[in-house]
Amino acid sequence: MTLLEARDLHVQFASRGRRARAVDGVNLTVGEGEIVALVGESGCGKTTLARTLLGLERPASGTVLYGGAPLAYSTRALKAYRREVQLVPQDPTGSLNPRHTVYEAVAEGPRIHGLRDERERVASALSRAGLRPPERFFPVYPHELSGGQRQRVVIAGALALDPRVLVADEPVASLDASVRGEILSLLLRLRAELGLSALVVTHDLGLAWNIADRVAVMYLGRIVESGPVEQVLSAPSHPYTQALLSVLPDSPAPIVLGGEPPDPTRIPGGCRFHPRCHVLASGKAAEAGVDGLCRSQPLEILPSSTELRAACHYARARQPQL
Amino acid sequence: MAVTYRSAAGDVPAVRGVSLEVAEGEALGLAGESGSGKSTLAMALLRLLPKSARVTGEILLDGEDVLRMNWGRLRAVRWASASVVFQGAQHALNPVRRVGEQIAEPLLVHGMATQAEARTRVAGLLEQVGLPAWRARSYPHELSGGQRQRVMIAMALACSPRLIIADEPTTALDVMIQAQVLTLVRSLIADRGIGLIMISHDLSVLAATCDRLAVMYAGRVVEAGPAREVFTGARHPYGRALAEAFPTVGDPSSRMAPRGLGGDPPDPMRLPGGCSFHPRCPAALPSCAWRQVELWPADGVAGDPAGHAAGSTQARHTAACVHVLPEPERSEPERTGPGTPEPGMPEAGMPEAGMPEAEEAGPEAAGGQEVPNAPSAANASGAPDAADIPDDPGAPDARPAKESA
Amino acid sequence: MNETAARRRGALARFWRDYRAQRTGLYGAAILAVFVLLALVTPLVTDPSGLDVTKATGPKMAPPSAEFPLGTDESGRSILLMILWGSRVSLLIGFLAALLSMVIGTVTGITAGHFRGWSSAVLMRITDWFLVLPSLVLALVLAAILGGGTSTIILAIGVTSWAATARLIRAQTLAVEARPYVERSRVLGAGHWHVMTRHVLPNVAPLVLANTTLTVASAIVTESTLAFLGADAGQASWGSMLRGSYDWGAVTSGAWWYVLPPGLCIVAVVLAFTFCGRALEAVLNPRLRGVA
Ligand SMILES: Nc1ncnc2c1ncn2[C@@H]1O[C@H](COP(=O)(O)OP(=O)(O)OP(=O)(O)O)[C@@H](O)[C@H]1O
Ligand SMILES: Nc1ncnc2c1ncn2[C@@H]1O[C@H](COP(=O)(O)OP(=O)(O)O)[C@@H](O)[C@H]1O
Ligand code: SF4
Ligand code: SF4
Ligand SMILES: [Mg+2]
Ligand SMILES: [Mg+2]
Repeated sequence: MTLLEARDLHVQFASRGRRARAVDGVNLTVGEGEIVALVGESGCGKTTLARTLLGLERPASGTVLYGGAPLAYSTRALKAYRREVQLVPQDPTGSLNPRHTVYEAVAEGPRIHGLRDERERVASALSRAGLRPPERFFPVYPHELSGGQRQRVVIAGALALDPRVLVADEPVASLDASVRGEILSLLLRLRAELGLSALVVTHDLGLAWNIADRVAVMYLGRIVESGPVEQVLSAPSHPYTQALLSVLPDSPAPIVLGGEPPDPTRIPGGCRFHPRCHVLASGKAAEAGVDGLCRSQPLEILPSSTELRAACHYARARQPQL
Repeated sequence: MAVTYRSAAGDVPAVRGVSLEVAEGEALGLAGESGSGKSTLAMALLRLLPKSARVTGEILLDGEDVLRMNWGRLRAVRWASASVVFQGAQHALNPVRRVGEQIAEPLLVHGMATQAEARTRVAGLLEQVGLPAWRARSYPHELSGGQRQRVMIAMALACSPRLIIADEPTTALDVMIQAQVLTLVRSLIADRGIGLIMISHDLSVLAATCDRLAVMYAGRVVEAGPAREVFTGARHPYGRALAEAFPTVGDPSSRMAPRGLGGDPPDPMRLPGGCSFHPRCPAALPSCAWRQVELWPADGVAGDPAGHAAGSTQARHTAACVHVLPEPERSEPERTGPGTPEPGMPEAGMPEAGMPEAEEAGPEAAGGQEVPNAPSAANASGAPDAADIPDDPGAPDARPAKESA
Repeated sequence: MNETAARRRGALARFWRDYRAQRTGLYGAAILAVFVLLALVTPLVTDPSGLDVTKATGPKMAPPSAEFPLGTDESGRSILLMILWGSRVSLLIGFLAALLSMVIGTVTGITAGHFRGWSSAVLMRITDWFLVLPSLVLALVLAAILGGGTSTIILAIGVTSWAATARLIRAQTLAVEARPYVERSRVLGAGHWHVMTRHVLPNVAPLVLANTTLTVASAIVTESTLAFLGADAGQASWGSMLRGSYDWGAVTSGAWWYVLPPGLCIVAVVLAFTFCGRALEAVLNPRLRGVA
């Protein structure tokens, strides 16, 4: 069952006199007990999408739906919504107030919502996040913790509200390789024990492979390919996904995309990936007779679907079901 | 080489007896989690550490000891022979000066070029790192993270150094830009015969870029050897954990099974005794709590340590773990070293925000002293001579890091 | 929680250690302690009836003597007695006016920094207006409109001197609000009040403390100036003493004992507060940068 949904979402910013279309038409669903990974390079709009899903940013058009009902932006409605959907922010160190102890940081949510049994809640949230025994951490300040422990405190802070969905923005990017697996296992365990759903935002495809059921690949504000992790990551259809996979350190033939990072104030016409597309550049698109389409025919916004979908003329010429 | 920081709270032994060497055109990868002493080691090579740091041992650059150079010589060496790409380089650029001026600065300072020459040189350098020459007139904020990283590399290349030390050059970057920077770095080593020391916590990145790898834990090298061999066949449990941390996409065994390492990095001021990894080690033996093993050949080619000693200490795959010792060594030797037995293994995976008493007792006793048993155990068996124990912490003649010409 | 209390004590001890390293701050604090102590014990050891012109017993304009260590004024009152009682008025007005100014400034600053959009713009416009307005003239006018009295003077000084504080606090608020932990708090469901009181206020508090100390100094000067210009609190303060000495030509007649003591007291207290404020800034500001 669909829990959290983005429907035709657009988010724009004014940037040096121009309009940056940071999220430019996204359909995405997160089902109950499902872990969805949103991947893409820096600046493609992942964080903006995550913040919009939490109501921190107002969409220019389109809707965020939770449990089928559109998100209301009144203070009261947002407060109620945020008991159900929680964010694990990008930078655990910055996300903890250095003047608050671990106890205060985790108790913040329950206090805001006036929940009873604050102490028990904090203790159980901390132990569910793997900080045991919780009492030992109550009086500790964030600067006395390691990066991995700080990330756990932030996760505990979200868990203290018993949410049903976690939106995690780069949950391990600022952590050491050795702690990474621990935090990812924690997300998997929370799903198994509490039935928690999660949207994990990352630029790390290995992470998606490690924990996600489905993956959505984002490029310049749009989802260009989505589907079950095994299908998308083992046999990517979209040239952008192929490039992302090919630059993983182990891969035999890296396709390094050159050029400037994509600029949301200047989204190219036709397929938005075409100026950097290696399939087009190598002439394979021309062989399939889609090079004209690539340059002039924009692709429609992918519908939210649990099936494999890719927004690419070339891929469709070969696999029409996409 | 060893580095100790003196701080208000006491001495911090950040690097405890490390020997490394890099040859021309060779890339050495230095891996380890944060706080393991990688940056400290790199900074020490060019004496860039704060005054509070005490460096012992020898650092040989083309045979010359960096630690004994006078300031003038050191400054000349810093750009011309060896240069550093700092961690967080993207914030290391001066925000109010054009990047071209910043690249030209070392050239002008060392009087290696006139203004006009410097300008052409800057254009050439930018081209080498894949940026158009007009970018010289840009300010850092106009560049993306990857472009700034390239500028830093161009800066490091300005005086045609023979050795580049790159501290986490790609950590803050996303996969695509990381790939761009790594491709650039690889081609530079290949084309110009520059020696490279690259630091990262991502073993897969190092394995793809470097010839040899050294894995550091708590200030010591715990595993070293040819990059692919260390990455795919790590023998030290810590090396193995690092290698497994990033999965191979498509590998069914890592699907829905992220692997990692429990516990926290050790506090360098209160290192556990014995093998400093033992509180977190999944394969620890009871003896690990008090017995510290030296680097030992781990490539499965048994015997003939003498032949190994003749060549480079690191041409072979070595690891500092009881499990790589030949069978007779592995069984627990009689306890001869100092140190009280620990009251029990501290629970692995438990944080130590100044807590577990067990660990506080241990290091006082064992960590402060010389390695208790390993060398004597080794010698008792009659096998290797002292040369086979490259990393003897505290030994005054610890092996130098050198760039052999 | 016991441990929290212990930590607070530790933080306090650390603060004191840093503060002690600031030599001028220590002098300032010592001077202040003497003045405050004197102001506190004055009612216990002296009789205020000597301040009443009609009950004054001494000779008029007498130089210092054994009976009147600092001489007397034009009505035969003891200058020392007036200084002692005047210190109570000057310090009280200084403290309360600074407190009022700080409260207005902090509330305005945090509000303007927290709420973006038109409300913030309006607040900052008002702040700028107060900033450029000659506050002394404004205070004089206010005091004249509201009539005499200590509370009037406090009010007049308080409402004219908060603008600089507000600007400072707003800038700091903006910096704190940009921190990720504020966003995290929002995501946890926090409203404006929670963010402002739990995250912003504790972070701007050290700045407020240092700034208030400096404001006390300027409030004492303003009080004296107002009194000198005729808007006094109806009780003997250092400023009104200066006014008296001026009215009676103390300078031209060589009655230095009438001019110097109040003048020197003002200088000493103002310097002391300034020293303390600067020392606090030096001690607290690096911490602001390092921790916040
Ligand atoms: N408040 C803002 N004002 C203007 N532009 C913005 C703002 N926030 C984001 N953007 C722009 O929107 C685009 C998407 O940004 P976003 O932070 O979502 O990227 P991201 O995929 O999360 O990248 P990263 O991996 O670096 O965090 C970027 O080009 C960014 O510059
Ligand atoms: N200036 C310093 N004073 C005291 N300790 C330091 C200093 N710099 C680094 N250290 C300590 O030395 C250890 C190694 O640090 P570093 O080399 O920066 O690690 P890495 O680069 O692997 O993250 C850490 O425990 C760190 O806290
Ligand atoms: S539509 Fe064309 S340009 Fe776009 S990704 Fe597919 S092949 Fe490349
Ligand atoms: S020596 Fe023992 S504790 Fe150390 S890594 Fe080997 S098995 Fe683990
Ligand atoms: Mg982001
Ligand atoms: Mg480092």
